[in-house]
Amino acid sequence: MTGSITIAESPLVRVVLARADDALILGHRVSEWCGHAPILEEDIALANLALDLIGQARSLYALAAEAEGAGRDEDQFAYLRDERAYRNLLLVEQPNGDFAVTIVRHLLFSLFIDAWWRAAAKHAEARLAAIAAKAEKESAYHVRHAAEWLIRLGDGTAESHARAQAALDLLWPYTGEMFETDASGVGPDPAGIRDGWDAALADILAQATLTRPRDGWMQSGGRAGRHSEHLGPLLAELQYLQRVHPGASW
Amino acid sequence: MSDLRQRAWDAAATVVDPEIPVLTIADLGVLREVTLSAEGVEVAITPTYSGCPAMGVIALDVERALAAAGIAGHVRTVLSPAWTTDWMSEDGRRKLLDYGIAPPAKTASRRALFGEDRVACPRCASLATERLAEFGSTSCKSLWRCTACREPFDHFRCH
Repeated sequence: MTGSITIAESPLVRVVLARADDALILGHRVSEWCGHAPILEEDIALANLALDLIGQARSLYALAAEAEGAGRDEDQFAYLRDERAYRNLLLVEQPNGDFAVTIVRHLLFSLFIDAWWRAAAKHAEARLAAIAAKAEKESAYHVRHAAEWLIRLGDGTAESHARAQAALDLLWPYTGEMFETDASGVGPDPAGIRDGWDAALADILAQATLTRPRDGWMQSGGRAGRHSEHLGPLLAELQYLQRVHPGASW
Repeated sequence: MSDLRQRAWDAAATVVDPEIPVLTIADLGVLREVTLSAEGVEVAITPTYSGCPAMGVIALDVERALAAAGIAGHVRTVLSPAWTTDWMSEDGRRKLLDYGIAPPAKTASRRALFGEDRVACPRCASLATERLAEFGSTSCKSLWRCTACREPFDHFRCH
């Protein structure tokens, strides 16, 4: 491995990279909880969630590499692309914050990706559909886990309720980006799953006694490589070893 | 099945899951098929979970088992169709129970994923059990406890 790489992005590569980068970046964020979660069981749960996401990212990068056809592998996709080449949502790169922020971020994203995977398992490019069929079983558990926590936090003490509502308000402007139209036809158009997402979320928020924030101006740009200030430091940590010791393995 | 394919299958089928060493990859349904090509024997395995860290070890162990049987071959990982706990053999379920892990419910439909509120204790068979944590010591297990015999136990999650 040498310096940064630039990927030739066909429509298939672009869609797969968006999914892969979401999974890797959120997986990395969640893994930051390892050893710091509020209780031991949750520490293990978060590590498992991160593992699912990073596992999905590996399959997706392998597919992106195969689709690009330039002889690269999944590690090069993860470690040698610069920040502007990352296609993930701004939502998933946001810092962990308190536990409520982590749970709200996970629920907002998981509800979206679970619906997308289920649709993609039926209507996507064949290799992407195979990954989707596997990932949707995992994302279903992610939705359940995050929803159980959000209901417990929202319908808990005054403090946990306030923090859960604050987390929801903080992250809401990042939800619009998930549903931006993708007309490539490689996989389902995310715009088409917004209604289902809204309905599922409304049900969970009602149980959690939380208020859905009003839709206002939405953040955007992650899919085009315009990221918040939080992705750079994350990538610096993630890529450090391969950048300093190119090709290192053990 | 040709003689070579059968021998390769038999060799690969001896490989155990490093996380649950009472189960072979054949018991688990992780071993999918053995095919012959110009480059030799190809053994297809499928991950239980996308991020299962045991896959690397399993692939190496399969190659080692093939080599020990004098067979030149390699391992290929396949994702489709996606692995399900329904592929676990009856023998595998029994071994899991004997090992102290409650086996997964049958028919891993999406509904069944969320219907596992009655899991029998692998030690005393009581149904007076409760889930402690959705995610246990590995991705494929959740943590439970029995309120009858007071023992905690792992449950192989329906998938």
